[in-house]
Amino acid sequence: MSRETLIDLIYLISATTFLVALKGLGSPKHARRGNMVAASGMLLAVVATFFKYVDGHALHHVWLILLGIFIGAIVAVPVARFVKMTAMPQLVAIFNGVGGGAAALVSITEFVHIKSTHPATYVTLEVLLGVLIGTVSFSGSAIAFAKLQELMTGRPVTYPGQQIINGVVGAGALVLIVTILVNGSTPLLWILLALAFVLGIAFVLPIGGADVPVLISLLNAFTGLAVAASGFTLGSNLLIVAGTLVGASGILLTRLMSAAMGRSLSNVLFSAFGSNITASGATTREDGRSVRSGTPEDIAVLLSYSSRVVIIPGYGLAVAQGQHVLRELAEVLEGKGIEVFYAIHPVAGRMPGHMNVLLAEANVPYEQLKEMDEANSELQTADVALVVGANDTVNPAAMDDKTSPIYGMPIIRADLAENVIFLKRSMRPGFAGIENELLYNPKTLLVFGDAKDTLTKVVATVKAS
Amino acid sequence: MGNVLLQYATVLVLTIFVGTEIIAKVPSILHTPLMSGSNAIHGVILVGSILILGAANTNLEMVLGFLAVILGTLNVVGGFVVTDRMLEMFKAKPRAPKPKSDEVAE
Repeated sequence: MSRETLIDLIYLISATTFLVALKGLGSPKHARRGNMVAASGMLLAVVATFFKYVDGHALHHVWLILLGIFIGAIVAVPVARFVKMTAMPQLVAIFNGVGGGAAALVSITEFVHIKSTHPATYVTLEVLLGVLIGTVSFSGSAIAFAKLQELMTGRPVTYPGQQIINGVVGAGALVLIVTILVNGSTPLLWILLALAFVLGIAFVLPIGGADVPVLISLLNAFTGLAVAASGFTLGSNLLIVAGTLVGASGILLTRLMSAAMGRSLSNVLFSAFGSNITASGATTREDGRSVRSGTPEDIAVLLSYSSRVVIIPGYGLAVAQGQHVLRELAEVLEGKGIEVFYAIHPVAGRMPGHMNVLLAEANVPYEQLKEMDEANSELQTADVALVVGANDTVNPAAMDDKTSPIYGMPIIRADLAENVIFLKRSMRPGFAGIENELLYNPKTLLVFGDAKDTLTKVVATVKAS
Repeated sequence: MGNVLLQYATVLVLTIFVGTEIIAKVPSILHTPLMSGSNAIHGVILVGSILILGAANTNLEMVLGFLAVILGTLNVVGGFVVTDRMLEMFKAKPRAPKPKSDEVAE
């Protein structure tokens, strides 16, 4: 067997391990092993690549390659290992961004390389698409990172004529691509690169915090597609398979997330959702109805006399870092023979499945995490719905108020439970900036304050009783 | 040339179908690891980065290729480590009772 055939065979094995890893994610039991298998497959592919011939010679600059890998690895391992779990969404965003950046660089370098070796060769479309998509993913992820890390506001950033400017930049990039295809100009490539960079930033700026789960999935898909484009450029089936797999998973997640918000993808991306705040944030409404607020002790009593409690977590739980105390409360209640489970809204948090990882970190067994539909059918018989740091995902306006911006979004039916408890920091409205009717419902009890502090007091009281 | 392109396109189309089929079966509880895991998989761009740096003739190509190798490594190593850390946390019911007494004053 020739050297090249052997390397291709190794690449085939690697591609298979990626599929094994994705299949392993079908259940939490096999997921971790699958990830290990894929990591081994990746290592195999990287090692095999060192033995490849390019342009008829063995690889040049081997030491430089090893140095680059060394630098990347000594930065990535500690960051990935020790960054706090709360920073997980940003971390995923940044690792996605660097992948997009790498794909863009591969395409650019290939362009420059072709130009320097065979100046007369036509530039192919996939090189330019690799540059465009990879760069958009890179700069877009950087802005998503800045929003999540709170280096800048999480609210949509809008300015007059935004959509028109974005449209012009996007159209400009497409015109450039066509021009470069025709005349193969290198200076124009740099302009395309700059435009793509601006486009990534401009496209992410108007997308607000609660829509980030959709955005992050989409950027993930972009990087996958950029990698697939590089695969076409370099003639590598491995890159095509891996990139396409990621592209498919990103697009699938993007669609699932938009569906879970009851909005179309274009609405999520272009409407600057959440920039208009209509809610007053007052505890008394104009029609005289007011909220009923209570103390941690009130909650403790209510919970202690329940037989079924449903906990509905939201992003506020992650902010307050209350997941460990929450799990402790659930355990104490279970110790009293009370049935407890968690109802998870698909878009709660800042990335797909955010609440699941958050609670898994606190050692909540995954059998207790129920998806929205299943949870809703059981909420009718629940004594208490305990809403911790969620707001829009339980807002009944999504079902009955046609004028509401969130109308049509599937919600968790906290309103079906006998009693509703809201743990809130303040009367500030949720991300969508709209009033939540459920807060004024007579069966709702509000407890203001930091969720972690409140829960700690509740646990102490329940234990003492 | 046309044949090669067609062969790549075949791989692309088949992968879309196989991939969608597998990924649709991932339960929503594992959506974060799915995203993070697929993130690690696109780190395979490191292979492409190595190839272009290995073929570099000019200084410009070397600088760009070197950056690509660094970014690709960040992506692949960071992606797999983060995913492993996430998946490690997902545990089934009969859990080891680990009482954490530091946060509760009785």
